[in-house]
Amino acid sequence: MGKVMDFLKKLGENRVILPVLLVVGFILTLAISQFAPLEQGLQSVLRELHLNTYVIALVGINVILCASLNLVNGYMGEFSVGHAGFMSLGAYASSIVTVKLLPDMPDALFFFPVIVGGVVAALAGFLLALLSFKTRGDYLAIITLAFLMIVKSALENIPYVGGPRGMLGIPKLTTLAWAFFWAVVTIWVLRNLLYSKFGRAIAAIREDEIAANSMGVRVREAKILAFSVSAFFAGVAGALFAHLLVFATPATFGIFTSTEILVMVYLGGIGSLAGSIIGAVVYTLLSNWLLPLGTWRMVIMPLILVLLMLFRPKGIMGFRELPWFLPKREARRKDS
Amino acid sequence: MSALLEVRNVSRHFGGLKAIAECDFSVTEGHAHGIIGPNGAGKTTLFNLITGIYKPTAGEIVFAGERLDGLRPSRIALKGIGRTFQNIRLFKQLTVLENVRIAYDSQLRYSPLEALLTLPRMGRNEAESIAKSSALLEAFGLGALSDSLAGDLPYGLQRKLEIARAIALKPRLLLLDEPAAGLNSGETAALTEFLRWVRTEYKVTLLLIEHHMHLVMGLCDRITVLDFGQKIAEGTPEEIRGNKRVIEAYLGAEEE
Ligand SMILES: Nc1ncnc2c1ncn2[C@@H]1O[C@H](COP(=O)(O)OP(=O)(O)OP(=O)(O)O)[C@@H](O)[C@H]1O
Ligand SMILES: [Mg+2]
Repeated sequence: MGKVMDFLKKLGENRVILPVLLVVGFILTLAISQFAPLEQGLQSVLRELHLNTYVIALVGINVILCASLNLVNGYMGEFSVGHAGFMSLGAYASSIVTVKLLPDMPDALFFFPVIVGGVVAALAGFLLALLSFKTRGDYLAIITLAFLMIVKSALENIPYVGGPRGMLGIPKLTTLAWAFFWAVVTIWVLRNLLYSKFGRAIAAIREDEIAANSMGVRVREAKILAFSVSAFFAGVAGALFAHLLVFATPATFGIFTSTEILVMVYLGGIGSLAGSIIGAVVYTLLSNWLLPLGTWRMVIMPLILVLLMLFRPKGIMGFRELPWFLPKREARRKDS
Repeated sequence: MSALLEVRNVSRHFGGLKAIAECDFSVTEGHAHGIIGPNGAGKTTLFNLITGIYKPTAGEIVFAGERLDGLRPSRIALKGIGRTFQNIRLFKQLTVLENVRIAYDSQLRYSPLEALLTLPRMGRNEAESIAKSSALLEAFGLGALSDSLAGDLPYGLQRKLEIARAIALKPRLLLLDEPAAGLNSGETAALTEFLRWVRTEYKVTLLLIEHHMHLVMGLCDRITVLDFGQKIAEGTPEEIRGNKRVIEAYLGAEEE
């Protein structure tokens, strides 16, 4: 046992494996997206596991959603249920670009509509942050719920984006490579933020807002940053999701979707990037394998959230981090 | 020497209760200034007014020539006022080092964008923050506990860490709310020495609330006495010791 633990510890502290995995992963996903025979090969392997490339791309999207919600709900200790609302804004804004404004855009420029989706969602996140100055806890949770419902009914009433029927004919631009790329960007940016003075400010707000204020923490700036960055990546995920599903309706992004992201966060572990990845991977695969259960899935998945809250409220990784996700300066300090 | 902090005719009401009533006093730069008074006299309220957690109902608070009343607590902290709390308010689930770094962060200069993209200036600032915060913890004798969770420290060390955290702000004025609460007489004597050291080492003016008379009389250059939100006496420790109104206020409080 001791040997196994030592080995795992060494593995965790190795700073080469992660970059190598990332490069290999990116080359692989890019190759699969480019060459049809490779993709067919992968599909047949995945079929054996009752999976498909759609689910694998969804894993990437869910990593983005889970990690970005964790910033607000885990690291900052708020309880937002509005994440699907930001997703929806990202999905619609990016689809307006690809369907209506630039229908002839080359596929390689797909990052552009995705960023547009992220920015539109981030603006909404900024507005929500302003409301969070005065309200915390349960009341802020209710405000995020109201936000979710406002977005949904607003989209249902705008004929330009298809009303209740939603946007159809969205090009399928989300490849495995894009999903992988954006998941990596999300984790990298969040890591940079978390291990900066802004990340510490966010943690200080969670721990004790009054003490944080008295220690010179610019609480408003930190809240704006947390909400905007979190919403930005939810928007990115929404854009990727719309261009994977090839349609977007107001109903796609409802309270059930928000609940799913919450389950991922609290399953993998609050306040942990490694936990966000674990939560997203486990949940997405599990949810796919439970698909044959039909409507029962809608009962089982929220039930998992209830059980988690009762028995393991911090999740698998709860406030622990894999050393791979620490910046070098923090990891080195812990060695010495 | 000049007044670093001036409290001018400040009042604070909570509903019908006058927690602070027309309070007027000033703290000289370089002094250790004590605030004493019976329970519920309004001492903590006064600290909360100075640090911006409460807004005065009337009056002005001036620090180094600038009006503080109406500013947000973080702005006031950044102007050079550090504090501790009567019921310790550490960031309990964060490490000892992180607690200090959060206060030191106000001195780091990089933008959110530099942080998100981890640009070079951010890395340099962060390395500096780790080095300086660690050095501060060493100086406070807490170096070996850097990676412990603040909430796991024994009570006395939590109080010490709270002072270290306030010092990391590089304040000109340090407000201490009952730093000796819960300590025995031996520990209180050690704390008195420790506060002397903090005061000279970090060149900070002290304003402290305390019930332990040994500590107050031994450390302070000047003492202000509050009772029912009003200043009832002010002077050197000798003057306060012999003041009839002060003795009455304390005896009155004890009879309750
Ligand atoms: N936020 C508040 N709302 C209502 N009343 C308050 C508030 N804060 C303080 N008070 C009241 O103001 C009075 C002064 O309280 P304060 O905490 O300042 O006393 P203190 O001198 O620090 O007492 P102690 O020695 O017990 O710490 C008390 O009567 C208290 O109940
Ligand atoms: Mg008090």
